Amino acid sequence: MGFLDISNVTKSYGNIEVLHHVDIAVDEGEFLVLVGPSGCGKSTLLNMIAGLEDITSGGISIKGRVMNGVHPSKRNIAMVFQSYALYPNMTVGQNMTFGLEMHGVAKPERDKALADVAKLLQIEQLLDRKPGQLSGGQRQRVAMGRALVREPDVFLFDEPLSNLDAKLRVDMRTEIKKLHEKLKTTIVYVTHDQIEAMTLSTRIAVMNDGYVQQLGTPKEIYDTPSNLFVATFMGSPAMNILPAKVSMIEGVPHAEITNGAGQTASLRFSQANMADWAGKEVLLGIRPEALTDPEGADRKSRNIVTLQNAVDVIEPAGADTFVTTTLGDVAVIARMRADSDVASGQMFDFAVNMEKAVVFNPKTEKRIAP
Amino acid sequence: MAAATQDTAVSSGKITRVFIYLVLLLSALFYLLPFFVMVVNSLKPLDEITGGNMMALPQTWTIEPWLKAWSTAQIGVEATGLKPYFLNSILMVVPAVVISTGLGALNGYVLTKWRFRGDTILFGLLLFSCFIPFQIVLIPMATILGKIGLAGSIPGLVLVHVVYGVGFTTLYYRNYYASFPNELVRAAMIDGAGFFRIFWRIMLPVSGPITVVSVIWQFTNVWNDFLFGASFGGQTQPMTVALNNLVQSSTGVKEYNVHFAGAILAALPTLLVYIVAGRYFVRGLMAGSVKG
Ligand SMILES: Nc1ncnc2c1ncn2[C@@H]1O[C@H](COP(=O)(O)OP(=O)(O)OP(=O)(O)O)[C@@H](O)[C@H]1O
Ligand SMILES: [Mg+2]
Repeated sequence: MGFLDISNVTKSYGNIEVLHHVDIAVDEGEFLVLVGPSGCGKSTLLNMIAGLEDITSGGISIKGRVMNGVHPSKRNIAMVFQSYALYPNMTVGQNMTFGLEMHGVAKPERDKALADVAKLLQIEQLLDRKPGQLSGGQRQRVAMGRALVREPDVFLFDEPLSNLDAKLRVDMRTEIKKLHEKLKTTIVYVTHDQIEAMTLSTRIAVMNDGYVQQLGTPKEIYDTPSNLFVATFMGSPAMNILPAKVSMIEGVPHAEITNGAGQTASLRFSQANMADWAGKEVLLGIRPEALTDPEGADRKSRNIVTLQNAVDVIEPAGADTFVTTTLGDVAVIARMRADSDVASGQMFDFAVNMEKAVVFNPKTEKRIAP
Repeated sequence: MAAATQDTAVSSGKITRVFIYLVLLLSALFYLLPFFVMVVNSLKPLDEITGGNMMALPQTWTIEPWLKAWSTAQIGVEATGLKPYFLNSILMVVPAVVISTGLGALNGYVLTKWRFRGDTILFGLLLFSCFIPFQIVLIPMATILGKIGLAGSIPGLVLVHVVYGVGFTTLYYRNYYASFPNELVRAAMIDGAGFFRIFWRIMLPVSGPITVVSVIWQFTNVWNDFLFGASFGGQTQPMTVALNNLVQSSTGVKEYNVHFAGAILAALPTLLVYIVAGRYFVRGLMAGSVKG
């Protein structure tokens, strides 16, 4: 039983079920990120935790107290909205203490809580302004401040950074992470940005079509995605997925793929259980960083396979250079050091780190190795 | 060549401009002339009107007609002037405007932020009330007022105007609140504010523009109403009915100067409301329409 327990929760609008049997147990102090494409039900789930949407079936409890039917203000949660939802007619100070006022906290205590939080977020000089007189980043801070003064059991964030420009978003991301490390309050955070999910979370729930596809630490999600959806959704550029056939060479399982010239190349599997799949078709998943120039390949890996193939396109991106090549009849992206000497149209030695390869069942799309 | 075309463009622009100003000027005159005639003639002795030119300025200025219209003129059978009726109108219009605007705001709030099954149908029905002609409801309304004991009284008139106005005020507030972010209401709910607290602390403080629209609309409609006043006013008739009685009274000579003064008195409050709040009126209408 977790600190925040979501057990077998379902949500329907009329006859349409938009969330199916969601089970998530969040421990105290965790930073859980709900991530998934638009319309997958992230906000709906968050609103159910907040009490803004009814729970169709199943149960949500916080600190062991069942929350079904409990009014949002009595759940001891605080929420930061995508639009910040600051009350336009109130000053920043009034905005932040409105919740305390509604809960009958006396003025001196309210002022004390306000002063503490304003100091923490460095917005002391803004307290007398109206929200309309603030920049986007300042509004964001005030919205977080309003959530903080309540000292809630759980913070809920619904895409809090999506209205900020790219640079500010990165700054605020760091700040939220710092804040969490300092306060250690349990957080549930919704985003559709997988980088935000990876950097902020202690655990991620990847959602799609109203199902939780995988729940795990960022590393688990990234290295051992449980299915094709998670594999391709998390990571940028996305994981390369190429059709392959498992064949046994001298008793060791290999992945047979066709290279750009139409010839067959064999890549040795590191995962022993691939022998069970001998002679069958699989989908081979290789992250761009596991497909590099030989000098840039992971030195610790015990299974680097070199593969000659034609370079199609080169895209320098500053720190890295992305190289597109054709393997298994699909366009594949490799991530190379910026100063590797690739040239488009030429043959090049690609180093494949097969230790990091992920293999999927082409029918069920589930992971079969590692 | 280029210079020549530009020249014609400028001169034709000038002609258009002159034409526009002319039209505007004429329209202004068209609207102001009657008012001018009323003001000028209300400040003349009667013989100057009967014996002279309606358009001329007074030769001897006098406020006698105003005083007479206000306090001593014959209204129907009694020589009370318009004063008591003016008071009736005020006593009717203030509660009618406040109540109908308040109800409209509350309705708009519920219809947009506390949606329920069938709310659009309810709103449709409320809207429908805006299009029912006054004449149709006269007899049923008279029956109801009689049954609840409000016939011929100011509270009765207030009720009638509230019932008739609430459709419009609801329409205004609903459209205005439709563009008000739901997230604010949700945030306030999490903060622990209840139904009325959210309305009072979050919604109303930002409802200024639409409140001005609603108040002006209701004020002018209720103040200028004649039919309900004449039908249900009984002994407590509003200004419009009294003005009619003043002008129509058949005894003695027609005192046009007093009539003009009375008419201006009857129009003054609505005029004042427009002058004070007119700018916000336009602004409020825009806010509702652009965002909604
Ligand atoms: N009031 C409603 N009535 C019917 N369907 C709804 C309602 N609210 C949401 N939905 C549906 O529920 C699904 C999940 O919506 P939700 O808002 O949770 O998505 P989301 O994951 O937050 O997406 P986004 O990233 O775009 O915010 C969507 O398919 C949506 O169409
Ligand atoms: Mg959402």
